[in-house]
Amino acid sequence: MTLIHILVFSLLASALLLTTSHRWRRWSLFIISLVSVYWLQPAVSLRQFGFWFPTASIGLTVIIWLVTRGRERGLNREDLVALLCVALLPLLISLGRFLPEGWQLTDSRPPSTYLVVIIGSILVLLGFAGGWLAERSRLVLGLLGVIVVGIFIVLKTEPISIWASSLLRGATGQSRNLAASTDLYWLGFSYIAFRLLHVIRDHQSGRLSAVPFLDFLTYVLFFPAITAGPIDRVERFASKMQKAVMPTASEYFTGAKRIVLGIFQKFVLADGLAIIALNSTNAALTRSVPWLWVIVFAFSMRLYFDFSGYTDVAIGIGYISGIKLPENFDRPYLKTNIGTFWNSWHMTLANWFRAYVFNPLTRALRKGRLKTNPALIILSGQLVTMTLIGLWHGVTWNFALWGMWHAIGLFVHNRWVAFLKARRDRIPSAFYNSRGMRTVSIFLTFNFVALGWVWFALPSVQMSWEILIRMFGGYR
Amino acid sequence: MTDHQGEVKEAMAISWGFIWRILLKTFVLFALINIVYVLLNPLHLLGRVSMYNGIFPGRLRLPYGDDPGRSFNITISDLEAMFAAHEIQGVDKSEEEFRVLIVGDSSVWGFLLEPGQTLSAQINKSEVKTEDGKTVRAYNLGYPTMSVTKDLMILERGLRNHPDLIIWLITLESLPSVSQLDSPFLQLNAELTRELIARYALGLDPEDDRFEKSTLWDRTIMGQRRELAQLIQLQMLGVLWSGSSVDQEIPKTYNERLEDLPADLDFHNFRQGNLSTHELAIDVLEGGLQAAGKIPVVFINEPVFISQGENSDIRYNFYYPRWAYDFYREELQSQAAARDWHYVDLWDALPSSEFTDSAIHYTPLGSRILAQEIIEVIKELLR
Repeated sequence: MTLIHILVFSLLASALLLTTSHRWRRWSLFIISLVSVYWLQPAVSLRQFGFWFPTASIGLTVIIWLVTRGRERGLNREDLVALLCVALLPLLISLGRFLPEGWQLTDSRPPSTYLVVIIGSILVLLGFAGGWLAERSRLVLGLLGVIVVGIFIVLKTEPISIWASSLLRGATGQSRNLAASTDLYWLGFSYIAFRLLHVIRDHQSGRLSAVPFLDFLTYVLFFPAITAGPIDRVERFASKMQKAVMPTASEYFTGAKRIVLGIFQKFVLADGLAIIALNSTNAALTRSVPWLWVIVFAFSMRLYFDFSGYTDVAIGIGYISGIKLPENFDRPYLKTNIGTFWNSWHMTLANWFRAYVFNPLTRALRKGRLKTNPALIILSGQLVTMTLIGLWHGVTWNFALWGMWHAIGLFVHNRWVAFLKARRDRIPSAFYNSRGMRTVSIFLTFNFVALGWVWFALPSVQMSWEILIRMFGGYR
Repeated sequence: MTDHQGEVKEAMAISWGFIWRILLKTFVLFALINIVYVLLNPLHLLGRVSMYNGIFPGRLRLPYGDDPGRSFNITISDLEAMFAAHEIQGVDKSEEEFRVLIVGDSSVWGFLLEPGQTLSAQINKSEVKTEDGKTVRAYNLGYPTMSVTKDLMILERGLRNHPDLIIWLITLESLPSVSQLDSPFLQLNAELTRELIARYALGLDPEDDRFEKSTLWDRTIMGQRRELAQLIQLQMLGVLWSGSSVDQEIPKTYNERLEDLPADLDFHNFRQGNLSTHELAIDVLEGGLQAAGKIPVVFINEPVFISQGENSDIRYNFYYPRWAYDFYREELQSQAAARDWHYVDLWDALPSSEFTDSAIHYTPLGSRILAQEIIEVIKELLR
């Protein structure tokens, strides 16, 4: 999101104050979200994919809603009108190809309207067929989950995305030799995928009640949250949409404050620190150990301000739209241990993995036939969960190692807590709660996290390892 | 007070009227701050606030760089900020120091050279002593655009740092009067340039169209947000400069200076025989002498690449047709003699192998050879 996007979204959300009608507010949020997917999608080198990526996001959302809407729930008038809007919008946007250059909503010229009609019809048929089949077989839902995860893996794994880009370039008559992973810059798919997977999983387990299409699509593509989250839960979001009341002056004020704070964090602090933050060039050229620590700390702060800033903007726009989004950060660098750090850093993603990976996995291990040591169960759960969280950022060894770094940190902390609990009588509680102990804990936790960012920020394991060693005076 | 209590209290206090009042006050306050900013015009003052020579070591050359992320350097236009980041600003001149300022273009600044390989650094490595035992300490005040008016501006500012000698490397390309104001550095420093034109009666138009037009808006915080951001960026880059001593991205490979030259006899818009002394900014060089006062100034015609390739019979290199450069050398020699300048012609002091990507950029060895030549000039002058 650029400053222009934020300004326009804030104005649009503020314009909703003009209507007190709950119905109009819901429809407005739906339409704005729908249009924003196209507007926010950055330009990509693949011809016309500035149009197809947003269309695919919408298509996937429609199909998954049709499949998960529930057997008992038919299509009511509101659903039909909303579906009609969804069908008409790509057509309208594709007509933009007849407008002068620069007038289109998408960054590149949209494809021909005939092609949009053909592909749109196929998607609608697939959606209804999927819905029909899903009533008869649970395999359809599983297959959809596999498709979502599959696309996610393709986008996040560089060699595969280059291969996919090469295929798509061939199909669009572009040079295959220029294929790059950046060609597949599908706006917000990391978040869209996890919202959809949550819906699929909860539907499979019978925990999900029917959600109106209007609310469902707005949930998946909600305009402030599509680029950088947070990842809300559908039932929570839908209940907010159902109310979608005009914000009070206090809520509006809180929202505006969050937006200003977010802009400051993202565009002043994070972008300012970006120059000196750890990256492969800075790491390779910095010879002095103290300054190496400085650039690692700069990266830590930059990442936090960047991400937290975006989240503040999203939550702020949500507030003034009348939709409260969940919090994603809670002063994570001031936490006294790695466990509380993960309860306050990218909270919605961590909660997602806790709900759909860690808990089921540890439950399964506990209930398994093999008697497993509880500590080993926790270690396995944490290793799998944190490695997957790492891989969510991109399928590379570095992200995997970053995840494992935290998994080991969490496990060591877990064992340390157990160790202390067993000796609770011998060590006075005043010792734990003292200001000095708290400061030392914050210092250690922050530094552990900051060192972990070395895996995260650099492109290769060898380089990360070398930097870590250099930070402690090695490799002179 | 807990967060929840705070939120409740805030919710009770906030009404739509309260928000409107805040918006109004914000707008009024912002307008007021901008008005005060316009009245104070504090950009040059802010430029002097620097962490260089304090938290960070001073830079060995003036800030210049297109890609801060790779060069750890940035091009800024504020002269005060440029000097505040330079090592010269952090060194109090001692009794033992014989201070030499070296001004000129990118060849002096050291394009494709590490900070320790530039002319000034090579001179300093030699630890030359004057007859009265002072150590010659050279400072790199080169800047990569070709205009002697730009050199004059930097020289004049450098005089505040108490030099004992000024060495000014010049070449024909930086002398045509018509191209003096092509330098973006001068265009952005329009007021300072106009002051130079007036102070030294330079033959340049103070109302030249190439000067940046400054409106009232341009003097507000909003109008100067780019310049302010650059000042902050320059400070941030101090971290990378301190940690790496890198201030320029030097690629492993680059396009070498042209050996085979176009069959073109023109120099800028001058046809053969059309170039006269009046077309050259000799008055700017005179201005430099006037500014320096009693401090000696040595003009050095800097070395240029002499091609042996195609069309080298009519051109020396990409910049110069032979007729134009020969005329310039003869003319400068006679002007120097007539005006009693310290002038040294080192045009062919370097073999062609010691030039890099252009006819005036040197290799580290070329820089060392030229530094030795300059040291000889300094010694000669001090004798």
